[in-house]
Amino acid sequence: MRPASDDRHDIVLSVRGATKVYPGTRALDAVDFDVLRGAINVLVGENGAGKSTLMKIIAGVEQPTEGTILLGGEPVVFVDTMDAARHGIGIVFQELNLFPNLSVADNIFIARERTRLGTDIRSSDQREAVRVLMGRLEHDISPDALVADLPIGQQQIVEIAKALAQDARILIMDEPTSALSTAEVEILFRVIAELKAQGVAVVYISHRLEELTRIGDYITVLRDGRVTGSRPMAEIDVPWIVRSMTGAASRDFSKTQPHDIGDEVFRAENICLPSRRGGYALDHVSMSLRAGEIVGIYGLLGAGRSEFFECVMNQHAAMTGTFYMDGEPLSRGGGGGGVASRIARGIALVPEDRKTEGLVEIMAIRENMSLSSLRGFVNGFHLDLKRERDAVLSFVSNLAIKIASPENPVSSLSGGNQQKVVIGKALMTRPHVLLMDEPSRGIDVGAKAEVFRTMRRLAAEGIAILMATSDLEEVMSLSDRIIVMSNGRVTGEFAREEATEEAVVAASAVGHAPATKMEA
Amino acid sequence: MTPIEATTVRAGLNRQAAVLLMLKMRTLIALLAVIVFFSLAAPNFVSTANAVIMAKHVAVNAFLAIGMTFVIITGGIDLSVGSVVGLTGMVAGYFILHGIDLGGISIGYTLYFSVPVIILITLFVGVAVGAVNGFLITKLSVAPFIATLGMLYVARGIALLSSDGATFPNLVGNPEYGTTGFPLLGAGSLAGIPYSIWILILLSLGAAYIGARTPLGRHIYAVGGNERAAALSGIKVARVKMFVYMFSGFCAAVAGLVISSQLVAAHPATGETFELNAIAAAVLGGTSMSGGRGRIAGTIVGAFVIGILSDGLVMMGVSSFWQIVIKGLVIIAAVVVDQFQQRMEARITLQHQAALGR
Repeated sequence: MRPASDDRHDIVLSVRGATKVYPGTRALDAVDFDVLRGAINVLVGENGAGKSTLMKIIAGVEQPTEGTILLGGEPVVFVDTMDAARHGIGIVFQELNLFPNLSVADNIFIARERTRLGTDIRSSDQREAVRVLMGRLEHDISPDALVADLPIGQQQIVEIAKALAQDARILIMDEPTSALSTAEVEILFRVIAELKAQGVAVVYISHRLEELTRIGDYITVLRDGRVTGSRPMAEIDVPWIVRSMTGAASRDFSKTQPHDIGDEVFRAENICLPSRRGGYALDHVSMSLRAGEIVGIYGLLGAGRSEFFECVMNQHAAMTGTFYMDGEPLSRGGGGGGVASRIARGIALVPEDRKTEGLVEIMAIRENMSLSSLRGFVNGFHLDLKRERDAVLSFVSNLAIKIASPENPVSSLSGGNQQKVVIGKALMTRPHVLLMDEPSRGIDVGAKAEVFRTMRRLAAEGIAILMATSDLEEVMSLSDRIIVMSNGRVTGEFAREEATEEAVVAASAVGHAPATKMEA
Repeated sequence: MTPIEATTVRAGLNRQAAVLLMLKMRTLIALLAVIVFFSLAAPNFVSTANAVIMAKHVAVNAFLAIGMTFVIITGGIDLSVGSVVGLTGMVAGYFILHGIDLGGISIGYTLYFSVPVIILITLFVGVAVGAVNGFLITKLSVAPFIATLGMLYVARGIALLSSDGATFPNLVGNPEYGTTGFPLLGAGSLAGIPYSIWILILLSLGAAYIGARTPLGRHIYAVGGNERAAALSGIKVARVKMFVYMFSGFCAAVAGLVISSQLVAAHPATGETFELNAIAAAVLGGTSMSGGRGRIAGTIVGAFVIGILSDGLVMMGVSSFWQIVIKGLVIIAAVVVDQFQQRMEARITLQHQAALGR
């Protein structure tokens, strides 16, 4: 299955049997992965498939629980990123790791400053080196420019230059195009092609299938921590990738329980949100939602899905447009009290990032679940702990959350059960409209199926669910209706019957990725 | 896993659980250790009279520490409390001695308030200072450290200005003006226990109740544990923060009243560095400076450990310079042990997870 190495593309680094266990999940399971010199090695998979974990292991950010890394045939152990960098491995993270308050040259030589006698920075030397690097990347970025003043695309070039300054022979790029405009993507692809010609092995991670087929030489597909396919790009097509990514047989999303869909409960009209990067993060977004309906919002990273949910929850003062609940407009007003007014009107949110937005990790499971609905358990101002506990326990059993005791800290649970706690917290507010942002992120297959069954059941009970996801299979199989967003706009709307994967993917790429090579 | 291995693991877990329990009870153990040590080492340590005197000393710091605990649980800090003690003492003293001169309206006429009204006004001043802190922090996004550091100077400066740096002496009041009775607060007692101790009992029970059994208390912990998640759960974060700083100001005003009443005088420099004692008591009692963790009961025990340590060392005749060193070491040791406990808790949780997962 592994790509055969020819003379031009010999293997420079390989991973054998890499396994990484986190509390509650097995992020990687006996993964083999080869990186070939002078080639673009594409790594693809859904959220939580293990791409980032694999890259972190290669870049020395994390150590594998089991397995080895072979560099030029020799086994190596990277204790940290500096160690990996010394071995010629550079990584450009999705979230750029630059210091916006420092200059380009300062950033590129951070922690490796060129000095006289170890103290005095030889600025002119560094500037000259940066000019050489920028020449190699065919970019005219001044070494003295402040990183904060550069557009995202140029910041990415600085990040690449930083890796090259350490003589990177293997360059890992994690979703490099997620924040770039079409023109910036073209420039980046040219840079990548040049690096490839110079003999650098590029590891390229992305969700965007059209990008991968365009620039990739070899492709490796991960699913649920395992490699499900590894081929030269010339031998495969988009349907093969989709099959390998989703593995049609492996999941049970439990299709619809037939039930009636009610009247419209929620409507958004002309929602606009100015973006910090200029233009609009949300550009005249309108949609409506009916009782008992699951509407999937599909879109790539940066399409505006999370921003839309934040607007619904009254988190952005700069927003324009109106939301309606049961035909009545919702009041506006920013600040921390914004969410409470939405919860009072029957809207609840299950945020995208459990750790930073969904849970208070040091609090008990009970305390997390009742956090949004404490008002329901007070007599005057006295909290009735027994009533609270009973209510929490009924939701725990209702959602089949596996816990030893509701008094345990929520951080002791596995990802799937943590997600159910967040869902339970939202449900305890008795919502009519439930917003779910990437409800299956970072949880394993079994837990996903359970979360999806729960969503189905809630819809059957009459709750309207708006789900945002970048997982194609999820949106296809769960939604009664699919809305596609791209670059802050609604670019497609499909009823379940008429939606095809090709049409949904095409709509999600509108105004985004290079329009060429889309026929696949 | 073989049965023998399983037993070994379980025994290991039990031993760890026992160690963990001891770590959790460490402040109480420290308190008992301090009491036992001084009972043996210091003459006259064990006596009712001494206990009452020490409790009175502890009470003032404990007032501040109670307010400070809520502030720290939200992830903030209140450096202004010591100055607020000084300021509120001066407010009470000023009203008792001078009243309000209504010079503009009718020459020579001065309005005096009765002591209960003066106490209410003083408490209001403390709450108002806390409200300014809260406003700076929530509405103007000033970091709590900076906002309350500024207030530390401002409140102290105003306290000094109020009397030009002089002490308001002899706050017994004047029967003609109906301002008598203020010293009773510091000197009076009920059922053999001084009022200040009763106030401490009421305040700590009230605060503990708020922390454990009200939505507000739950919200305080949630804000400190994860502010973003708290906001997205519908908690009015700004309101919670306003409350904790106002409550801290209230506690400082109580301390200011009690001290000036005990001394029957108000000195503008009263309460200098008290904020540090309050932070120390909270930290010693298990409050985490990174927010989200802490208990009022722990803070009270922490305040007693510090108080008894100081008084006991005095009774043993240890140099006050050494006392300062020892106090510092105890605080550092408490935090080191706390870190150790957290690492151990995390490890035990992971072991339980691993045991369940296989």
